[in-house]
Parts: sequence; C-alpha cells; structure tokens
Amino acid sequence: MLPREYRTISSISGPLMMVEKTSDVRFDELVEITLGNGEKRRGRVLEIEKDRALVQVFEGTSGIENEDTKVRFVGKVLTLPVSKDMLGRVFNGRGEPIDGGAPLIAEQNLDINGMPMNPFSRDFPSEFIQTGISTIDGLNPMVRGQKLPIFSASGLPHNRMAAQIARQATVISGHEDFAVVFAAMGITFEEASFFMEDFRRTGALQRTVLYINLADDPAIERISTPRIALTAAEYLAFECNMHVVVILTDLTNYCEALREISAARKEVPGRRGYPGYLYTDLATMYERAGRLKGKSGSITQIPILTMPEDDKTHPIPDLTGYITEGQIILSRSLHRQGIYPPVDVMPSLSRLKDKGIGKDKTREDHADLMNQLFAAYARGKEAKELAVILGEGALSDEDKAFAKFSSVFEDKYIRQGEYENRTIHETLQLGWDLLTMIPVKELKRIRDAYIEKYLKPLLNKGDA
Amino acid sequence: MPEKKEIKGVIERISGSLVVAGGMEGASMQDVVHIGELGLVGEILEVNGDKASIQVYEETSGLMPGEPVVSMGEPLSVELGPGIIEQFYDGIQRPLELIEKAAKSHYISRGISVPAIDRSKKWNFNPKVKVGDDVIAGDILGVVQETVVVEHRIMVPYGVKGKVSKIEKGDHTVEDVIAVIDDNGTKYEVKMLQRWPVRKPRPVARRLPPNVPMTTGQRVVDAFFPVALGGTACVPGPFGSGKTVIQHQFAKWAQAQIVVYVGCGERGNEMTDVLLEFPELDDPQTGQPLMKRTTLIANTSNMPVAAREASVYTAITLAEYYRDMGYSVALMADSTSRWAEALREMSGRLEEMPGEEGYPAYLGTRLASFYERAGRCIVNGKEGREGSITVIGAVSPPGGDLSEPVTQNTLRVTKVFWGLDANLAYQRHFPAINWLNSYSLYTERLDPYWDEKFDDQWTSLRVEAMSLLEQEAQLNEVVRLVGIDALSRDERMVMETAKSLREDFLHQNAFHEIDTYASMDKQFKMLKTIVNFHHAGLDALHKNAPMNKLFNLPVREQIARMRYLEEKDIGQIDKLEDTIKEQINGIVPVGGDSNAA
Ligand SMILES: Nc1ncnc2c1ncn2[C@@H]1O[C@H](COP(=O)(O)OP(=O)(O)OP(=O)(O)O)[C@@H](O)[C@H]1O
Ligand SMILES: [Mg+2]
Repeated sequence: MLPREYRTISSISGPLMMVEKTSDVRFDELVEITLGNGEKRRGRVLEIEKDRALVQVFEGTSGIENEDTKVRFVGKVLTLPVSKDMLGRVFNGRGEPIDGGAPLIAEQNLDINGMPMNPFSRDFPSEFIQTGISTIDGLNPMVRGQKLPIFSASGLPHNRMAAQIARQATVISGHEDFAVVFAAMGITFEEASFFMEDFRRTGALQRTVLYINLADDPAIERISTPRIALTAAEYLAFECNMHVVVILTDLTNYCEALREISAARKEVPGRRGYPGYLYTDLATMYERAGRLKGKSGSITQIPILTMPEDDKTHPIPDLTGYITEGQIILSRSLHRQGIYPPVDVMPSLSRLKDKGIGKDKTREDHADLMNQLFAAYARGKEAKELAVILGEGALSDEDKAFAKFSSVFEDKYIRQGEYENRTIHETLQLGWDLLTMIPVKELKRIRDAYIEKYLKPLLNKGDA
Repeated sequence: MPEKKEIKGVIERISGSLVVAGGMEGASMQDVVHIGELGLVGEILEVNGDKASIQVYEETSGLMPGEPVVSMGEPLSVELGPGIIEQFYDGIQRPLELIEKAAKSHYISRGISVPAIDRSKKWNFNPKVKVGDDVIAGDILGVVQETVVVEHRIMVPYGVKGKVSKIEKGDHTVEDVIAVIDDNGTKYEVKMLQRWPVRKPRPVARRLPPNVPMTTGQRVVDAFFPVALGGTACVPGPFGSGKTVIQHQFAKWAQAQIVVYVGCGERGNEMTDVLLEFPELDDPQTGQPLMKRTTLIANTSNMPVAAREASVYTAITLAEYYRDMGYSVALMADSTSRWAEALREMSGRLEEMPGEEGYPAYLGTRLASFYERAGRCIVNGKEGREGSITVIGAVSPPGGDLSEPVTQNTLRVTKVFWGLDANLAYQRHFPAINWLNSYSLYTERLDPYWDEKFDDQWTSLRVEAMSLLEQEAQLNEVVRLVGIDALSRDERMVMETAKSLREDFLHQNAFHEIDTYASMDKQFKMLKTIVNFHHAGLDALHKNAPMNKLFNLPVREQIARMRYLEEKDIGQIDKLEDTIKEQINGIVPVGGDSNAA
C-alpha cells in the first residue's frame, strides 16, 4: 500500500493533532510529519473516527501549522531496528544513534509495543543474582527475570545505587553472556553523564545499550523510550540468549508525560490527574521482564522512580508496587545519617526471594537468617522508639540488646561503600556476626541446627 | 434456542480496546462479534440505532475504519464439558497451551481461535439412567472420570425434560450425541459439550443457609474469621501485604472439591508459579496432586484489558457448572480491583457519566451481582444434590486506602473481611490479617458446628483468645505512655499470652512445608494449649510464682514449636497440658497463696 499524505490538520491540542479526510488509516500506526521548514517529526495514531485521525506527536506540536505541514501515514506501527551491534552504543529516546557512530544495520525490525508473554510459556525466575549489596543480597535477594524497582525520592542516591548494581551484578554459578540496557527518561544531562562515565570507566559500556531522553528533550518521546529499550532487551535476551538487566529511570517523568497526553485528550482523570489506565500502561512495560521456557536468556528490570513528596501512596509508586515483584525503598532518614545505600529495610521486599535462596543456591541458612535479621531489626527499632519516649531505663535487658543491635546493623550491614562488592558469603557472615549481640533464646526464627552450626562457633570464639 | 442470525457491519471508530461499528441494526448487547480481517473477538457493550459499541478482547492495533464486523447473534459463552479441570485458560476460555502452539511463539498473537474443550479426546461415558427413564433439567445422565479425583457429571441441559430414548455407553468425544431425550415427540440430542452465556447466572432449585464451614488450613482464618461453604469473602490490602499468597493458600488447602482460580490483571509469574507448583503438591483430602481439582484462568495485567472484565464471568460460570454437578467449589479472584478498572476504562471510552473516582455508577450493582452468584444450594434435578460456590475476592485499593469505591462496594456485599495491614507485613507477620478490624459474619453461625466436634469447648476458646488480643491492644497504649512496668502481674500475663497467640498461632508461614497448613484438630489443640498456659500462668502468679521464671519456662519453647508438628504427630500437643502443669508447679513457691499482687 502506498503511504498516504495529507495536509488536513484541523486542530492541535497539547501533543495531539487531528487530521481530517483520511482514509485507510490504521489504529496505532506510525505517522511521519514534515513541517513547513522541512523538519521531520514522528507520531502515532491514538484514535480514529471514520475519516478523522487523532495523532500524538512524539516531539510535540509546537511549530506545526495547519497549512504547511504534511502528514504521512506509514502503514505500520513504530518499529525498532535491532542487532547485536546495539551493544556499546548510545541512542536518543527515539532509538536513533547519537554517539556519532554508524547507523545500525538491522537484523530485525520489531514492534516497540511487544506482545504479551503467554503465562503458559513463562519459566519461573529462580536464579540468584549477586549485587554485592548486603541489603539486597542478604535481605531482598533478586533473581534473574525479576522486576524489582527502586523507590527513591529527590536528593537520594538512587543513581549511584543503580550504577553499583549494574556494575556488580553477577551470578554465583559463573560468568555468562550478559548486558545492560539503560533507558533515561527526562533525567538531567548531569545524571545521564554520571551513568555514561561510570559505564565507560568500569568497562561496562561495551555490554551496555543506552537510550537517553533528557529533561529538555520532548516529553512525549518519553512514552516510547522505555518501550524501545525493552524491545532491545527482548531481542538480546530471547534472540541472542543474553542475561539482560534493564534500568529504567525515571518512571515518574514517564508517568507525567502520560498524564499530559491524557489531559490533552480530555479523559476522565483517575487519582491525582493520572489516567485511569496508568496501571495497565505500566504493566505492559513491567511485565516484559521474565524468563521464557526453553530460552537461556532473561530480562531483569530495575525501574527507578522518585516518589513525589516521599509519598509511597502516590499513584506512581503505588501502582508500580502493585505490578512489580517487590520494591527497594530508600530512606531519607538513613541518608541524612550519612548511610549509603540508604535502603529502608522494613518496607523493602523481594517477592521472589524464596525462589532464589537456600541450599545449592546461596546457602541453607539464608532464609532463616534473613527472617531473623528482619525481626531483630524491627524489634530494635521499636525499642529505640520506646526509649525516646520513656528513656533507656524503661527498656528490658533484651530490648536494650535489640536496640543496640539495630544501630550496629545500620552502621555495619546497611552501610557499605559504593565500590564495596560483598559476596553473598560475606553478607551472610556479617549477619551472623551481628546476631551474636542478641541472646540466643530470642533467635526464634532460626532452626536450632543452624544456630549450632553458624552461631555457636562465633559465640565460643567470643568466650575464648 | 432462538435462531442465530449473522449481522455484518463496518468499523467506524477505534479508540484503544473500544471499537464502534455502524450498520449493526438488529444486534443485541452482549453478543459476540468478530472484528476486522483478523477476526478479533469482542463483545457488544451498547447498541444505539445501527451503531454498536464493542469491547475488544484482543489488541486493536492495526485496525482500520471500514473493516468488517460480524455478529453471530450469540452472547459471550463458555464451553462446558469434560476437560475443564487442569486447564489453564485465558479470560475468554482459550487454552493458553493451545495459543502457544497456534502462535508458535512464547507471545500471545492476535486472532487465534482455539477450542476451549478438546474435540478429539474420547471420554468413557458411564450412563446413570436407562432408556425410558423420565428426566428433568439438572438430572445426571451419566458420568465420565475427568481426573483421578473429579467425576464429571453430564447433566440434562437447562430447559430440557422428557423420556430418555437413547443413551450411549462407551468412549465418546464431547461432540458425540450421548443421549436423546424425547419430550412428547420433540427429540433433544444431548452431547457432553454444552454452552452457557457467561453473564447469565445458572439457575438453582433453592438456596441453603451458610452454616457449614469451609476450612482453609489457615489458622487466623479458620479460628477467628472463618468462611462458610457458599460464602463470600474479600481480602483488601496494599501492595505486598499478602493478598496473592493467601489466595494461593486457599487454592491449595481450602476444603473444596473444585478450585477455580482467576488471575485477573495481575502478574504473569504468579500464574506460572501456580501452574508449576500445583501438579507437585498433594491435596491433604485426596492425596492427589492439587492440579487434579483445579482450573486456572489468567488474564494477566499485560494482556488486553477488556478480556480482564470477561475473565471473572468466565470463571464463575465454570464454577456454577461444577456446583450444579453437586460439588463444593471455591473461586479465588485476584484481583477484583483490576476487573473494576477494566470496567472503568471501557466506561470512560464509552463517554459514560463517571461516578466516584471515574468508576461507572453501576460498579456497585455489577460487584453485587457477581458475588450473588456464590452460595450453597440445592441444585436443579430430581436428586436434590447440594452444591456450593464460595467466592474469595482480593481487592487492591490505591494507596491501601479502604475508602475507595471498589473496596466500599465490595464490603457491602461480602460477609467476611480480612483486612491486610501494611505494618504487619513490614514486620513480616504473615498472614498480615489485622485481627482487630477484620470480621466474619459467619463466625457465630459456624460455632455450633465446631462445638459439636470439639466437646463444646470451641466457642469459649475462640472468644477468650480474641478477647486477650483485644486487651493487648489496649494495654499497648498504656505501655507506650508509661512503660511496661506500670502493668499489673495479671496484665503482664495477658501481654505474654497475646504475644504467644500472635507469634505461635496467628503467624503462619506459607512457605514452610509443615506450617503452611493446619487441620482444624491441630488448630484446636494449639489454641487450647496456649489458653491453657494462660490460665495456669495466672494461677501461678496468684500463688506468687516469679514472673520471669514463668515467662521463661522451657515448655513455652514447645508451645512455640507446636506449629511445626506434622499432622500425624499432633497428639504430642495434648501431652503439653501435663508438661505445663509440672513446670508451673516447679516454680510456685511452697505455701504460695492466692492473695499476692
Ligand atoms: N503467609 C505468608 N507467609 C510467608 N510470607 C508471606 C505470606 N503472605 C505474604 N508473604 C510475603 O509477602 C509477599 C507479598 O505477598 P503477595 O504477593 O501475596 O502480596 P499482594 O498483596 O498480592 O501484593 P499485590 O497487590 O502487589 O499483588 C510475598 O512475596 C511473601 O514474601
Ligand atoms: Mg498479588
């Protein structure tokens, strides 16, 4: 079919424009727009009513005029050219190279929306990833194929932490083919160059694909950026059999762009002005993480979002939490105390932890130890709160021990260096070392056998 | 059956999952249509003149105005017959395994048409009636063994009665005629394969009161907030508070004969988890793999949103079909909020007047009529069989705020409320059911049942335990203000026992191979022992026993470990009664009298 060209734009509203007298326009198809001055933009069909098509323009509508602008319907949805040569390259938020390198020679052209994975065809993620960060490996273990977001807030070091994970993530079983796909949505130039510098310095760049939409790039383009990144990731994971970690930052900017479109369409808004379909929209991206039966590759997603006003119940973190398999939450209070990484241990959660740990995976005692550390830290924090109101004296001896434990835990276990890469065994050992501060009879979550095996030797050493 | 007529129109408008077609005069609401060259499946939501608004159950990208829309004049229906159990369906009853085969891909492509029930498989049909017998709708014509544990009963279809004029024993496909029923000359051929429109409840003879418990093996539920066979329950909670885990626990351990599990707008991996795990786990009632009594329906969050709305109806219609056979069916829906959101999305696209938070004004009636399809009843047929559907819906309130419309409308119709608490979840107290605000309207109705089983001790135990937990909450307020030392010795005992109730009884680890399930016998023994220690402890305190020693008696360790006793060893719990007595006697000072403070 010949591409059809129109000069019939009738109205423009925000990022949207209406094109009249169209025929044979397909829902969701790609649109190429040529402005009077020759500038080219792209868009997609959002809605068609008989011979009128509503088009969302990725680069925004400013400068588009009714008479001089040509609109061409391409006849297919937005696709991304992919090949293994993407690795080591930097693209803009629309998937075009911006590193001055040669254009990509496509192995395939893929629909950036992907298709839903058949739940029957999924394989359950269960392979432990060692990130070298104790609060993740020890307490919220991540597995290959998981989607585990970082809930952060402005001013917190989520970027440093994401870079550390990207740098250190490895599996115990040895080195395998793996890659990082990085998508930036509306972050600042400074933040973007932090990542690029870090990847370059540590040699990670060769196995990284970057898609960069900066704060001053068109907001609507951000709707496509994560989808483009995930399309690249799917290709690398399931066609090239690589283990891919996808870092998406910052989802908050993405959601704002979505809200902008929804407002322009005059849709009935859901909570805080975000569209009612925000959950579904986010799910179509997050659910692209996973493993497939009979395929050796995997997609692990680490979306990063900044919670407006540190509020976990804000629709963006809230809906994300409802879709992803847990969350790592950063704490402003730990950050203020100078603790890096400031992981708020209690509300953080990895839902797939049980699948990735234990005998033959990490170590037999991992689950018990993890549960005990959680319980002890919770009790210690509670005791500390009580002490603030009633004074140290009101605490029982046990509570005093727990209170002390929780302080040391924050200082030794949560806190670690940005370049400190702890093995899972070091992390487990650290956990046991800290538990020596607590009376043995209080360690109810740990099987006696493990107490004998892992704790008693430490206690005896202390006695000697 | 009314004559089916084909109506052909064309696409006029496309907006996401909504398509408006023109030239559709004569089409009715709820009819199934095929859309476009690909033949995507959809359902008519609204008819206005010759225009039909259609919700499309597949991705609409690439559709074009002018493409054809064909209505077959039949409402959205499910196929009923042997082969449903152990299946894994999408929201409109397409087997996901067949979709994988047809698409030759790990991804779901569009326009795939696969049969819900295998047409070629032969089932051994065993008649239960003879030629000449009079039958009415609901009577069992014969049975086939669907799985090792499920006998599939082929019933006389709704609206049919008469004399059996032919009955075919032996191996048949679902499309073979297995019986002919003669109603004064009108002959009706019965096949194992039958159909039923999903939005129409299957009728029953009469309803029964919900006074038989459906145990779930979950202590906090069975002991404190039980659900009855045929009851309705909801589990609202913020993300990560344990809705899915508890639904999975019910699907595993609920005392139901058939389990229908629908994953509605939730994660793909969670369904995969069930699919991989259930064939490996044995049902404590039958000793057979759980999958042998289970059917799964998945419309995960990344699958087309409109089919999410249909999935819960597909599920409940399948449940009704097995109820009609005379089974107790448990239906788990995770999460009804996603269904409501799908409703909201379609309503928005239809430009209906939005109600609260953008939900359509009919949200409440839709939810109510869904839960109304639950119940314990005498089903159709001369036999007077009893069947039931128990519905348990998860609710995912935004921000965990229960004042939102889906939760509120659900609470209006469900009889059990298990409120999940984010703080309990943070403390890793699972199931994170808040014992202070949850409720079950079945509790009192079910007490007599358990009192009869447990020598009239059940109700008093339950009431006392709950009251201890409530006292603890009040005492906690005091402690927070003035410290634990301000409490009397009796009050300290209350605090100890409540803690024991929380940690040794209510807390239950779904992932521990033994703790995951507790029989009612075990629950009773555990509760009795904890309350027993409380009485003995109070008594000892009154006799001047030192508090510290009492709280640290070795038997308490054994009480804490009761949960890890295998079902075959629960007799050991009874012995704790003597141990408690012995050890407490050991710390009561000689001559300790009863007027100590
Ligand atoms: N009974 C339990 N025993 C042990 N762990 C539990 C239990 N219930 C919940 N958990 C823990 O809590 C986590 C979250 O539970 P779950 O996935 O059921 O939450 P949810 O309420 O369904 O969340 P969402 O709304 O996001 O789907 C689980 O991964 C598990 O680690
Ligand atoms: Mg869930």
